Amino acid sequence: MNISVLRGRVVAVLMSFGLMSAPACAGEVRAAVASNFSAPMERIVALFQQESGHTVKVSLGSSGKFYTQIRGGAPFDVFLGADEAIPKRLEQEGLAVGGSRIVYAQGRLVLWSAQPGFVDAKGAVLYKDGYSKLAIADPRLAPYGMAAKETLEKMTVWNALQRKLVKGENITQTWQFVATENAELGFVALSQIMRDGKVTEGSYWLVPPGMHKPIRQGAVLLSGAKDQAATKAFLAFLKSEKAATVMRGFGYELP
Amino acid sequence: MESVLTPDDLQAVWLTLKLASVTTLLLLLIATPLAWWLAHSRRWYKGLMSAVVALPLVLPPTVLGFYLLLLMGPQGAVGGITKALNLGTLPFTFAGLVVGSVLFSLPFAVQPIQNAFESIGQRPLEVAATLRAGAWDRFVSVALPLARPGFLTAIILAFAHTVGEFGVVLMLGGNIPGETQVLSVAIYGHVEAMEYGAAHLLAGGMVLFSFLVLLGLYLASGKSWRVTR
Repeated sequence: MNISVLRGRVVAVLMSFGLMSAPACAGEVRAAVASNFSAPMERIVALFQQESGHTVKVSLGSSGKFYTQIRGGAPFDVFLGADEAIPKRLEQEGLAVGGSRIVYAQGRLVLWSAQPGFVDAKGAVLYKDGYSKLAIADPRLAPYGMAAKETLEKMTVWNALQRKLVKGENITQTWQFVATENAELGFVALSQIMRDGKVTEGSYWLVPPGMHKPIRQGAVLLSGAKDQAATKAFLAFLKSEKAATVMRGFGYELP
Repeated sequence: MESVLTPDDLQAVWLTLKLASVTTLLLLLIATPLAWWLAHSRRWYKGLMSAVVALPLVLPPTVLGFYLLLLMGPQGAVGGITKALNLGTLPFTFAGLVVGSVLFSLPFAVQPIQNAFESIGQRPLEVAATLRAGAWDRFVSVALPLARPGFLTAIILAFAHTVGEFGVVLMLGGNIPGETQVLSVAIYGHVEAMEYGAAHLLAGGMVLFSFLVLLGLYLASGKSWRVTR
């Protein structure tokens, strides 16, 4: 976890203390959020809490794990996933409110290295032999991992690179492998390396959208939601221009 | 269709057994002299050493695994040494998992053996000394046989603990089939991917196997399990 995430969390907690004296209609939203969205979620939650007086409790993790937990009765009100498949499944199984599903963001895949100058702007580094480990998220579990696999298949190097692959359990762990340089490079989400519209460290290749199926991230209101009004307000806020501005700054596109 | 196990799953079984065996053997070699020292030492820093050895008991495995990832990575102290020796880096390798497992299960091996040595007391060793047995002879002919139950416990605990190891492997392994994808991580992956059939099969097999091994070991050691006084 980097220090700005920690700082953001502290700010969110302090702000929610301030909001405890808010009007009696202040609700609470418990959100299960896919790890790739952690940084923009921070800012969006801060803005939402300020504007609406509701509080939001965020749990980060992998979509697959949240699906299993929600099936097991986990106490979440809203689920922000990394793909559309899991929110659809939740709707079909009656675990989510029908018709509440929205696509809140479209993710971009990048090939990133913590070392400046390692990754060229066209991704040609993948064809050469200058690295021993390439990190991707597990394609079975993470849409960004699936997109990475599709990209590598399109570049016809998927089979050749099997020996060099290290799979992260989720996109955050994948990023960790690359950030600690245990893997020289890896496929991560653009939002993980972009701050305020700029990539702050290392080198990267922004994978063109045609290389993989679009990473459309879906959100859904869960059937077990305690505070439906506050949660619906949050979902509406996700589609607002304020939230869109935040997301763009982290490299997400709006569908 | 879901419950068909892949070749990767069978590799995971083999890899788990290999890791547990290698770790247990290494631990016996490391833990025995350490336990002997802890049992007999009267140095002032004995308490400190005991605490350090017991540390993996209280550390969350993911924390241990994460710091090992940093330490053994190219930016860390250990990583720098392995790179200088032309060995590459340890994370994502079987050797790296062995290092993590040995550290993680250290107290499980040291403490039973230490307790066994302590419960022998000084008397049998002194008597052996009066019969002109040298230090090594005393250790091999007197201490080791009397400490057998302790060794058995250490072997069982170290083996079982490594088979069940998850947090350390998750942080350090990289989930590479045939190299670092052990059973616990494979089962976790199946659950996450909603392949419940495979998960049930592997998990059930693991429980059954562990139970049979433990049962077998306890039955086989029936006679020497009681510490005779």
